[in-house]
Amino acid sequence: MSRRTSQDAIPDTREERASYLNAGQGLGSWLLTHDHKRIALLYLISITFFFAVAGCAAALIRADLLTPEADLLSNEGYNRAFSLHGIIMVWFFLIPSIPNVFGNFLIPLMIGARDVAFPRLNLASWYIFMAGGLLTLAIVVMGGVDTGWTFYTPYSSTYSNAYVIGALAAVFISGFSSILTGLNFIVTVHKCRAPGMTWGRLPLFVWSHYATSVIFVLATPVLSITLLLVALERIFGVGIFDPALGGDPLLFQHLFWFYSHPAVYIMVLPAMGVVTELITAAAHKRVFGYWFIAGSSIAIAVIGFLVWGHHMFVAGQSPYASAVFSFLSIVVAVPSAIKVYNWTATLHKGEILLDGPFLFALAFIGLFVVGGLTGLMLAMLAIDVHVHDTYFVVAHFHYIMVGGTVSAFFGALHYWWPKITGRLHSDLWSRVSAILIFGGFNMTFFPQFLLGYEGMPRRYHVYDPSFQVLNVMSSVGASILGLGYLLPLTYLLWSLRYGKPAGPNPWGATGLEWSVASPPPKHNFETIPLVATGPYRYPLEADAPDEGEGEKEAERV
Amino acid sequence: MSERALHDPFTRLDRQREADRLGMLLFLGSEVMLFGGLFAAAMVLRLQHSHDYIAASKEMHYWLGGINTAVLLTSSALVAGALEATRAGRARLSGWLLGFAIALGLAFLAIKGTEYAIEWREGVVPRFSDAKLHGGPHELFMVLYFCATGLHALHVTGGLTLLGMMIWPKGAARAEREATTLGNVALYWHLVDLIWIFLYPTLYLAR
Amino acid sequence: MTASLRLVLVWAALMGLLALTIGASFLPLGPVLPVISYAIAAAKAGLVLWFFMELREEGGLARLAGMAGFIWLAFLLTLLAADLTTR
Repeated sequence: MSRRTSQDAIPDTREERASYLNAGQGLGSWLLTHDHKRIALLYLISITFFFAVAGCAAALIRADLLTPEADLLSNEGYNRAFSLHGIIMVWFFLIPSIPNVFGNFLIPLMIGARDVAFPRLNLASWYIFMAGGLLTLAIVVMGGVDTGWTFYTPYSSTYSNAYVIGALAAVFISGFSSILTGLNFIVTVHKCRAPGMTWGRLPLFVWSHYATSVIFVLATPVLSITLLLVALERIFGVGIFDPALGGDPLLFQHLFWFYSHPAVYIMVLPAMGVVTELITAAAHKRVFGYWFIAGSSIAIAVIGFLVWGHHMFVAGQSPYASAVFSFLSIVVAVPSAIKVYNWTATLHKGEILLDGPFLFALAFIGLFVVGGLTGLMLAMLAIDVHVHDTYFVVAHFHYIMVGGTVSAFFGALHYWWPKITGRLHSDLWSRVSAILIFGGFNMTFFPQFLLGYEGMPRRYHVYDPSFQVLNVMSSVGASILGLGYLLPLTYLLWSLRYGKPAGPNPWGATGLEWSVASPPPKHNFETIPLVATGPYRYPLEADAPDEGEGEKEAERV
Repeated sequence: MSERALHDPFTRLDRQREADRLGMLLFLGSEVMLFGGLFAAAMVLRLQHSHDYIAASKEMHYWLGGINTAVLLTSSALVAGALEATRAGRARLSGWLLGFAIALGLAFLAIKGTEYAIEWREGVVPRFSDAKLHGGPHELFMVLYFCATGLHALHVTGGLTLLGMMIWPKGAARAEREATTLGNVALYWHLVDLIWIFLYPTLYLAR
Repeated sequence: MTASLRLVLVWAALMGLLALTIGASFLPLGPVLPVISYAIAAAKAGLVLWFFMELREEGGLARLAGMAGFIWLAFLLTLLAADLTTR
């Protein structure tokens, strides 16, 4: 894998080592587990499945858009395909992806705890998530829903003939899973840190998950009650969102985006945490501006709650309120930019190793910058009027959610794979897939910026023939992207059987998670470690001149 | 329901208690936001249809709501007292106070039910008994009223169940160390109270 | 002050505030009434949080956790009102 691999003595076979993976046998030991690592794997398997389902819907959409006519899907079918794609991707893949898999697996390990604060609640959270997910699948089988992932009224409450109630219920249920996970993480970070693990010594991954959890706990309930009101309106026709009955249609959008805009930060903040870990490990260098990165996570979580109105610039919102929301949306770019600058500054003069996870991290930074800057454009009132509801918006949020979050998800998967499974994967293939994903992604979504700028509206599958070239490019790119996503599935699964066993620290990285065996023992730490140093104390072996005596040892306890 | 023993991530019981309490407080924060959506809807209705909103509110039975406020506040005070009693080792007193608190909670639900029955007869229940409603803001007000008080009544029921588990079947918590669970249940009961404190002026006292 | 006496006093204060808010709603206050109603409600909520929920005995963390929902709700209501009142 790298020059760093040789540092570790590797036992011959995995079977010799007792780990959380072989601590119990049989399906029951997994389905009733309280171990945060096993629950993380349950989530990994479930969200991979949902990712595949939603990915198939995306494939249908892109195939249909190859031609300007409606030849593959009916109008109804197209609406259902993109709604399914959005609902499953957002609520059953992106939102739980990094927090529930890697957050669950790593937060206790990183802070020196044996588990999360409420292990039973953690398992309950997975069951609730699965209940919501399976209900969504049932809806799909029954014929799907055609409202788009945003469930805008009055279409969702009055006009749609699809299974809206079921879809609302599915998202409503999955919300409780988010709330419980967020609550669990916050309490874990506050109350379960190992002795000496002060706030200034927390890995930045933990900081970003802490910020995410705040959003989980405080934003999700607003979505729950909103969906409940839509369901009531649909069942009883009561009209809270219906202007004909004295209601306010914008109220739905206010309440929906009060959750859903912070939800974007739920998706991207954990990704930022992942990237910080990946960058420091690859550069083998201390992170630049620890407190700025930590603080910017919190700032994004808080300011992210104050920007939701930028989704309603052309929806009839007061122009004065729009100006305020526009300003606040520009403000939230500042902490995001701080992170990007700090990552680049960390790379400066680093001993950079161009391994797979690092390439994913680089892809994240590049794509996040494009997504973020186009987000600034959309936050400007005048520009938004022109490109609102066009493919420009579609491209923008895919750069953040797919280019950003999914790249970071794959980066995390490759980086912590040896820790999770105890096996090394092929670095060559991980680089190939990182490059395929980066290239395929840009080819898919960059043309959509152009399409949107030229005026192609989103959510239509019959379009002006002049848009066809760009649409074909996008669809071809999507196939490359799909290949890039399928590739890791093969070589990672291959590594489970044929990969070389991993030592405790294959990347030569800092952090308590690398101080335990790969895969970790059932209770993480034989003895709870005593932490005496901050994170990212690179270089590992040599004593840096400005360090105190004997600090280095403690991290290895 | 006695207190859980020390479980895995924790090595000290006091730390675990702090964690349980913090978890409950955060959960209550999410409950506040859940009701927050309804308060937001009520605010929008009031700002857009100020006159109709006030007219609708004036038709509410503010004295029934007022009595219910007193009932719920008193019940909350009793639960706070029960917690103090448990800490002082007076399990018997604690059991009695919790019993009274539960009785008051049931009284709250009974009064609420009576109020719903009166509203049914008056014909101000949207979609089901709406003789007096003619669509528009008055009906929306009543929709919000039933959503908010109905959701609140669900929370009251949940809180009563939890309080009931504090005295049945094992009897009131005896030891000081069992006060944590009771303390968390009490927090939940106080939250039910807090929400009502804001629902009351929002729905009944807009004049 | 003993714990039980304190609870009785807080309870009495809550009852007094309840009487006050009902009384105030009958005064011809017009647009000031909501301000008064919610100020009284906030005072009542403060008493419940501070004494019944024992935030007075807690550290900053628990106080923040107890208040977080209200702070975030204020975000929602403030910016929502900003739209509604200037639309």
